[in-house]
Amino acid sequence: MRHVIEPTDLSPPELNDLIKAAEEVRRRPEDYAGRCHGKILAALFYEPSTRTRLSFESAMLALGGGVIGFSSGDASSASKGESVADTIRTVSCYADICAIRHPKEGAALVASQFSTIPVINAGDGGHEHPTQTYTDLLTIHSIKHRMTDMTVGFCGDLKFGRTVHSLLKALTLYPRNRYLLVSPEELRIPDYIRGLLKERDCLFEEVTDLESAIERMDVLYMTRVQRERFFNEEDYVRLKDSYILDKRKLSAAKPDLTILHPLPRVNEIAPEVDSDPRAQYFQQARYGKFIRMALILKLLEEAGAC
Amino acid sequence: MLSIDSIKKGVVIDHILAGKAMQIYDHLNLEALDCSVAIIKNAKSEKRGKKDIIKIEDRIDLDLNILGYMDPNVTVNIIEDGVITSKLKLSLPDTLTNVIQCKNPRCITSVERHLSHKFLLSDRGQKIYRCAYCEQEHK
Ligand SMILES: [Zn+2]
Repeated sequence: MRHVIEPTDLSPPELNDLIKAAEEVRRRPEDYAGRCHGKILAALFYEPSTRTRLSFESAMLALGGGVIGFSSGDASSASKGESVADTIRTVSCYADICAIRHPKEGAALVASQFSTIPVINAGDGGHEHPTQTYTDLLTIHSIKHRMTDMTVGFCGDLKFGRTVHSLLKALTLYPRNRYLLVSPEELRIPDYIRGLLKERDCLFEEVTDLESAIERMDVLYMTRVQRERFFNEEDYVRLKDSYILDKRKLSAAKPDLTILHPLPRVNEIAPEVDSDPRAQYFQQARYGKFIRMALILKLLEEAGAC
Repeated sequence: MLSIDSIKKGVVIDHILAGKAMQIYDHLNLEALDCSVAIIKNAKSEKRGKKDIIKIEDRIDLDLNILGYMDPNVTVNIIEDGVITSKLKLSLPDTLTNVIQCKNPRCITSVERHLSHKFLLSDRGQKIYRCAYCEQEHK
């Protein structure tokens, strides 16, 4: 049984095919309206994540399928002490495919080991969230029509930001991209990501100033700089404005820059930027639905259920 | 006297760090074997001062890879027809199951106690194992 627990569970060619399939879904959604008729997605959300859950549900409904599940740990049998293994065994009898969100790292892998239906990891603690990464890739490809020869900026908390690490791991498989990594000194990328960039012969620069770096970027991936990541309040207050994207900083950027953000945003992008045509972060949610439709369809087809 | 000096066919795990024999016995699950197993504790050793030895009679088809993790200094002699036919070269096993425990409080194994603690070798040169579930390095 095929599962998607971490982004690399799909090979690079499979990922390219998935992106193509998602773009096809986007172009002709009506062709997909009944593809999963009679099939059921179990959305097992042991912690609330409204955005991700709605995306999976919307994707399955758009394919003509149905959805069952729960949206927080306390409403589920987990609160009665049932193990993930037992829950997934039962759910395998009711559903054809499962998306699982769990606060503990590795929970989705456990589910996949006991499941007789395909399992998609919809986030396991701070660990993996493959459909987020696939969404980012699809968004970039759909807007830029390429995955190579770009200067991609990452800004904010690059040390703890899982979405940044996962996207870097995936993007660096494509040739001839350059990376501008903008963060406070304290929140630079971890060593293993730096090692990976070197190993894959990527050109990258680590800088602390967004304003001077933005003019070179084709894509800018913004993330939040969280207060609790700083040792003291003074550093936070001193630094946070340098990593907030506003109209003034944006004035130096290319006219075809693509601004992305995994959402939810707090204050790292000023609302005045939202109306700028370069702001694509709300479009990302749409792409997230298409990539999930393509992924659900792929896994159900491979399982012989569709 | 116990006849443990020489065996015709089997495995002799020699140069075990003194006091570690029982741990190795447990991890190799030797209790499950129905052949005779001898444990010699605190034998004299030129290399290590004192050492433990385990002799397993009749069986030579055991998976002993875990020794490479537990005590890479041990020597493993395979005996057939009363003579040592080969010395097993120990290497680090690719996986460790229930040998070490994941200490990451955010790991699923911290709340689901029935799960086995499985680690995968991620760097042979640096002897780094990572939890199969949360990928945290074991230190
Ligand atoms: Zn773990």
